[in-house]
Amino acid sequence: MDIGFTLVAQAIAFFVLIVFTIKFVWPPLLNAIETRQKEIADGLAAGERGRSELEQASKRSAEALSDAKNRASEIIAQAEKRANQIIEDAKNTAKSEGDRIIGGAKAEIEQEVNRAKEELRQQVSILAVAGAEKILRKEIDAKTHSEILTAIAKEL
Amino acid sequence: MATEHALTPSGYIAHHLSFDTAKIGAGNFWTLHVDTFVMSIILGCISMGLIWSVVRKSSSGVPSKGQAFVELLFGFVDDQVKNIFHGDRHSFIAPAALTVFVWVLLMNAMDFLPIDVMAHFVYGPLGLEKWRSVPTSDVNTTFALALTVWFLMIFFAIKSKGLKGWIHELFCSPFGTNPIIWPANFLFNMIEYISKPLSHSLRLFGNMYAGEVIFLLLGLWAATGLTGTIAGAILGAGWSIFHILIVVLQAFIFMMLTVVYLAMAHESH
Repeated sequence: MDIGFTLVAQAIAFFVLIVFTIKFVWPPLLNAIETRQKEIADGLAAGERGRSELEQASKRSAEALSDAKNRASEIIAQAEKRANQIIEDAKNTAKSEGDRIIGGAKAEIEQEVNRAKEELRQQVSILAVAGAEKILRKEIDAKTHSEILTAIAKEL
Repeated sequence: MATEHALTPSGYIAHHLSFDTAKIGAGNFWTLHVDTFVMSIILGCISMGLIWSVVRKSSSGVPSKGQAFVELLFGFVDDQVKNIFHGDRHSFIAPAALTVFVWVLLMNAMDFLPIDVMAHFVYGPLGLEKWRSVPTSDVNTTFALALTVWFLMIFFAIKSKGLKGWIHELFCSPFGTNPIIWPANFLFNMIEYISKPLSHSLRLFGNMYAGEVIFLLLGLWAATGLTGTIAGAILGAGWSIFHILIVVLQAFIFMMLTVVYLAMAHESH
């Protein structure tokens, strides 16, 4: 253990090394690391921003989707209602038309029946008058008794 | 083991523990331990040179493997300093701590070189009979480092408190400002100032020196016969493995003390 000039030499060497480190080693390294830290922090912040934007966008899209669904079901319900109404209208129209046709037919049939009755009545009255003529011969004047004969024919 | 020194144990140990000296002036003081000095300079150039070569090409983008390693080292040192010192660490303390850690670690790591193999096959052929590999087992190195830190400590103390503030602190802390206890304060501070570089340097020196001596003793044992060779080899391997811990731990402790001393110099009591 002999302390000597070596000590001075080592101390100088040490100091030179420290100065070298301070001048040439530490600053660029610090700079690189801090720059990267900043870049990473920025990147993370951007990522976070993107994520929240995505969240908002997906929320908006979900809203739009449910809106569209609601409207679609509304439209479908309306259409169904409309269709039912049209069918109902058609049914009603058809029924009234059928009734009308049936009514017309009935009226015609009645008319026909009435006409046939009328005809029959007239023929019966003619027949009756002819029968009565034959029976009574001269006694009956067609002209004077036509009123009575008509009344009889009507009663038939 | 060099044959001419294998004869006596004391000769063997004395041979391995003596320095390759060079006289550069009259008197005992003016001897330079060439081995210590050259090894430390080489290691300093290798360590900081390697780091510098990586740093010069550093980018803030994706780091290369070398840069990642240096940044790991940087982060480790920076974290330690950040926990202890709360001022602007980047202007001096943190880079100084990195220098101390890397340099001392490499100088300590020279202890892994098997002494006899190095003496016989590397230094012997080069004509360096007395060459020692481990700069930190030379008390000159550890004292040099500790004293440099000590001067820096005083420099920063004066810089941050002013000359008046520093002298005021010498006399008025830690016990109080009363003139009656000025001598006690001063004595206390002197003991602190003397013990700091002593404990700082001797801790490292003692550990590395003792490690070297144990390697030498195991080497001696290995020279006594087959049993000794086997036992010496096994124990030598064990001690080397344990030494990995000591080497790193002592470098870490030396760095931490450097940081603590320099940080304390910035604080006023």
